[in-house]
Amino acid sequence: MRPLSRTRLWAMARKEALHIGRDKRSLAMAFAVPAAMVLLFGYVITFDINDIPTAVLDQSRTSQSRDLADAFRSAGYFRITRQLASDDEIAPLLTRGTVRMVLVIPPDFAKHLAAAEPAPVQCLVDGGDANTASIAINYAQAIVASYSAKAVLKGRTLPVPARTEARVWYNEDLKSSNMIVPGLMATIMMILSALLTSLTIAREWERGTMEQLAATPVHRLEVIFGKLLPYLGIGFVDIILVAVVGGVVFAVPFRGSALFLMVTAMLFLIGAQGLGMFISAAAKRQFLATQLAMIATMLPSLLLSGLIFDLASMPTVLQVISLVVPARYFVVALRGIFLKGVGPHVLWAQAVGMLVFAAAGLGLAVRAFRKEIA
Amino acid sequence: MSDATRTGPTGGGAALTPSPYPLTPSLSCAVEVQDLTKKFGDFMAVDSVTFTVEPGEIFGFLGPNGAGKTTTIRMLIGLLQPTAGEACVAGLDVRTSTEAVKQRIGYMSQLFSLYGDLTVDENITFFAGLYGVRGERLEARRAWVLRMAGLEQHHDQLTAELSLGWKQRLALGCAVLHEPPILFLDEPTSGVDPVSRRNFWELIYSLADAGTTVLVSTHYMEEAEYCHRLALMNRGRLIALDTPANVRRLMKEPLLEIVTPDGPAVAQALQGAPGVAEAAMFGRAVHVAVEDAGAAATALPAFLASRGLPVERIHTIPPSLEDVFVALVRREGGAVAG
Repeated sequence: MRPLSRTRLWAMARKEALHIGRDKRSLAMAFAVPAAMVLLFGYVITFDINDIPTAVLDQSRTSQSRDLADAFRSAGYFRITRQLASDDEIAPLLTRGTVRMVLVIPPDFAKHLAAAEPAPVQCLVDGGDANTASIAINYAQAIVASYSAKAVLKGRTLPVPARTEARVWYNEDLKSSNMIVPGLMATIMMILSALLTSLTIAREWERGTMEQLAATPVHRLEVIFGKLLPYLGIGFVDIILVAVVGGVVFAVPFRGSALFLMVTAMLFLIGAQGLGMFISAAAKRQFLATQLAMIATMLPSLLLSGLIFDLASMPTVLQVISLVVPARYFVVALRGIFLKGVGPHVLWAQAVGMLVFAAAGLGLAVRAFRKEIA
Repeated sequence: MSDATRTGPTGGGAALTPSPYPLTPSLSCAVEVQDLTKKFGDFMAVDSVTFTVEPGEIFGFLGPNGAGKTTTIRMLIGLLQPTAGEACVAGLDVRTSTEAVKQRIGYMSQLFSLYGDLTVDENITFFAGLYGVRGERLEARRAWVLRMAGLEQHHDQLTAELSLGWKQRLALGCAVLHEPPILFLDEPTSGVDPVSRRNFWELIYSLADAGTTVLVSTHYMEEAEYCHRLALMNRGRLIALDTPANVRRLMKEPLLEIVTPDGPAVAQALQGAPGVAEAAMFGRAVHVAVEDAGAAATALPAFLASRGLPVERIHTIPPSLEDVFVALVRREGGAVAG
């Protein structure tokens, strides 16, 4: 093989950086899109249920029933927006979605309590969003159970034979953004890297500059690496950008090693950008290349990466397919680094997965790039 | 002409087998080509072309679009692999030393192929980098290119904003940054106004005077006159190869120009008329190759008048390269039809 030349490599990288700098659309895509996506996804993809609009139909009208309603109000999960007078009002409110839950306290609630009999209360939940509904029911049951315990004990204490002392590790507050933001980095970088680099080689073909380039002694490795370098720089800036936005806006902790993050990010970025260049070299048309890059990265890295949906609970077929979705490995690595503070001793398998991805991406790009004009 | 009269392995099938006489690269030739052939599927783009180019020569490829000029040049600079045949450029086999050839040549394609979103300076720096030109040599070459192209005042301007003539001179400059001994220009002046074209050819001459070998393709006949030697190409075949003066002498028959308001009808009527070898439209006139100029000058106006076709003027003219080209293509076409 001919020796590579640093002069030629540097000339390619510098030229590519100039292209990016002159292209406002690419610049916006490179820096504004990741920041916007983190904010959007960080707020939108949330499994935390807060302030569920709730109506209360208190038919008991006793201090006991008001205590129960207060327990719902003060728990933080429900926002009591209506006090109802009759059960005729329930159906229209739930139908129109004005409230998501209605708490019905029957007239003989206090009487049952006083008689130490079971005192049922009714929760009517809008099941249109099954996820929110089941979480609301769980919260409601917990509130009612704790209210019952207080009612029974009436200030006394009672030794309980066994009870759970639950403590959540790594994401103590069970915040969705702690889970989403680090993982989102993988999805954003996958889509963005492939999309940006999918333009580069196709652009040379479309503008007729490929012919001039191919007539020079530049080596195809120099072309691929040279084009890759500025995008690698952008990728690192984006990673830092996403981490900072995540830390500042969503208070996502960073507990691991920044060096290990950079090493895994580099492998992942090289793989994603190599894939983009492969698509670009094969498609030779910018429009087609961007479409292909979107198809190849968008859905797999959103749905089959474990970012939003747990891979372990998917059908086996999808689990097998997800093995070739590179974002899957980076999502695990990112969560490990950000939340658990673990390094290569735990994440070596993910690191190897991304190393394979980097090698495959580059290999495909170099193979597809031809200095021949047909 | 029948197939039997052809010399060498130029027949369709034979052309695809490698030459039995491999070239020994000779440093005395800038470019040496033997039986070079390129097929795209069933289409014979370049059909067994053989020629040599001497150092310092301006060697022109002349022919219509699709004649195989661009394909020939692309094979010589390593952008296309030949289907068959041999080609040496700067003493190197283009098939085995492709990248080494690229370091020794400059190339300018027919479409503007610099980066429009880069400035003049940035384009120069980029191509210099690819050819390994840097440091003091880069600055010296940059100054030379800017002066040569007349772009000293515009070195900071985006290339896309330059006029076409300037773009082409800059492209030429970028192609010779590394001072290659051989320069390939594929229709470098297409779409440029005549004044810019003249200026461009002065640059080509100054490069050739400095010892650069220039291979240039064109479909402008008047540009072909500027070349030291011409290769006339049609349908992938080399139909003539000589100096412009000698190529013009290939046309044996005297030529008459008939100025008439009804050119198409006159050209039509003269096909196969007595004493006429061929007649073709040239702009608003009809060029007629005849056996005897004196006899035809009196016979043809009468012949046309009898058919109700008016003749404004008829006179003898020296054949242009275009006339020769038309005549040779007709002859070639006849041979193919057999």
